[in-house]
Amino acid sequence: MPGTETQASIEEIQPFEASAEIEGGDVVLIDTREPHEYKEAHLEGGKLVPPGLLAGEIEAAAPDKSARTILYCRSGNRSAIAAAQLQRMGYDNVASMEGGILAWQEQGLPVLSASGMSAEQRERYSRHTLLPEVGVDGQLKLLNAKVLLLGAGGLGAPTALYLAAAGIGTIGLVDDDVVDASNLQRQVIHNTERIGMPKTESARLFIEALNPDVKVVEHRTRLDAGNILAILEDYDLVVDGADNFPTRYLLNDASVRLRKPVVSASILSFDGQISTFVPFEGPCYRCLYPTPPPAEMAPSCSANGVLGVMAGTMGTLQANEVIKLVLGVGDPLVGRLLLYEALGTRFTELKVRRDPDCPICGENAAEVPESEMGRFPDYDLFCAG
Amino acid sequence: MATVRIPPVLRPKTGGQPEIEAAGGDVGEVLRTLTAAHPETAEQLFGAEGELNRYVNVYLNDEDVRVLQGLETAVKDGDTVVILPAMAGG
Repeated sequence: MPGTETQASIEEIQPFEASAEIEGGDVVLIDTREPHEYKEAHLEGGKLVPPGLLAGEIEAAAPDKSARTILYCRSGNRSAIAAAQLQRMGYDNVASMEGGILAWQEQGLPVLSASGMSAEQRERYSRHTLLPEVGVDGQLKLLNAKVLLLGAGGLGAPTALYLAAAGIGTIGLVDDDVVDASNLQRQVIHNTERIGMPKTESARLFIEALNPDVKVVEHRTRLDAGNILAILEDYDLVVDGADNFPTRYLLNDASVRLRKPVVSASILSFDGQISTFVPFEGPCYRCLYPTPPPAEMAPSCSANGVLGVMAGTMGTLQANEVIKLVLGVGDPLVGRLLLYEALGTRFTELKVRRDPDCPICGENAAEVPESEMGRFPDYDLFCAG
Repeated sequence: MATVRIPPVLRPKTGGQPEIEAAGGDVGEVLRTLTAAHPETAEQLFGAEGELNRYVNVYLNDEDVRVLQGLETAVKDGDTVVILPAMAGG
């Protein structure tokens, strides 16, 4: 029979072989079952393409026909048939996993189970999943979220702690600085032993010890017009804890272009500010602050001092905004600027409106060339750090 | 009388006071009362033509005066005027 012949000509591999290949990376993993089976349990990284939809959906799931592509189903039959079909479609490096997910599980290999989480994750995040606003689905959103932190300093350190604990799946850290003794009064993700170590590395060590579910991506660089779009592209949203105006305006211009939400806070002495900028839904940073202040109105924390615990308050407020945005619950600070004065223990909320004439997100805003992003005519007046 | 909230960067010019009571019928008058009492705040609030500097945001209660009537926005007794410059500390 022709069917038997085509099936005989496909490559079949054992679950342990598939597991080793998947571990090695560069594998497209396709689940050829029905959605209800997939929901119950599937292999991590497995993309669902039900057999009846194979011809129509496989190219979206596996665009590269020469890439190593491993198929699995419940017991190995449907994936073998699908593998033969893919070969006829021109996929030339396809294998079917013998025995399917049943054999995989019999060999003690891990799956993402009914709840989508491992037993360890169900335990770790139980206080989240008990909340109806989070639940298992919400926790899975957090585990799949990719958040970029701009700065691993006074704001970035406390933000990163709580995002990591919450199980944000990927945390990117942009910072080109090393840990200094004067950081430790507020940058609680670093410690005395790690003075002199790059901040991104120090933060990664802390996060990995806190929560192995989190993948940390280190960007040991300063953002500039040449690298910002490429760095931002991989993330769902950005947390701005930058210590200078040029980076804040640059981030705004790039994030509006890429339509990435930004949770933005700033701190000085006993005072903090925070707002959330969702491009085209609410105002952007330039709507709030059309022009940066001159140097004498822009003192830095290193020159003026900052209360460590106030930085912690603002950083955890940023983490709270991120989690709400990822979950899609509550009211984020869109169109609102929240001021916090630590000395008076007082919060003040101000309205922020979209500026119809904003050069970046206004109705008639022209696209800014990459070389001009974040620029002002009086760029040199900016005060750094 | 209105209450003017002074941002950290201006407090050295107001003797460290975070809030100042100031009289005036509109936002401009309230701010002029402030600059009369603390002259060093003037150059940071106002440009050469007496206009509000673009990098200083001023709110009457919770609303930006740019979307109200600017310096001519009427001020009632008990209102709060917030002076808010951008901050970049992280």
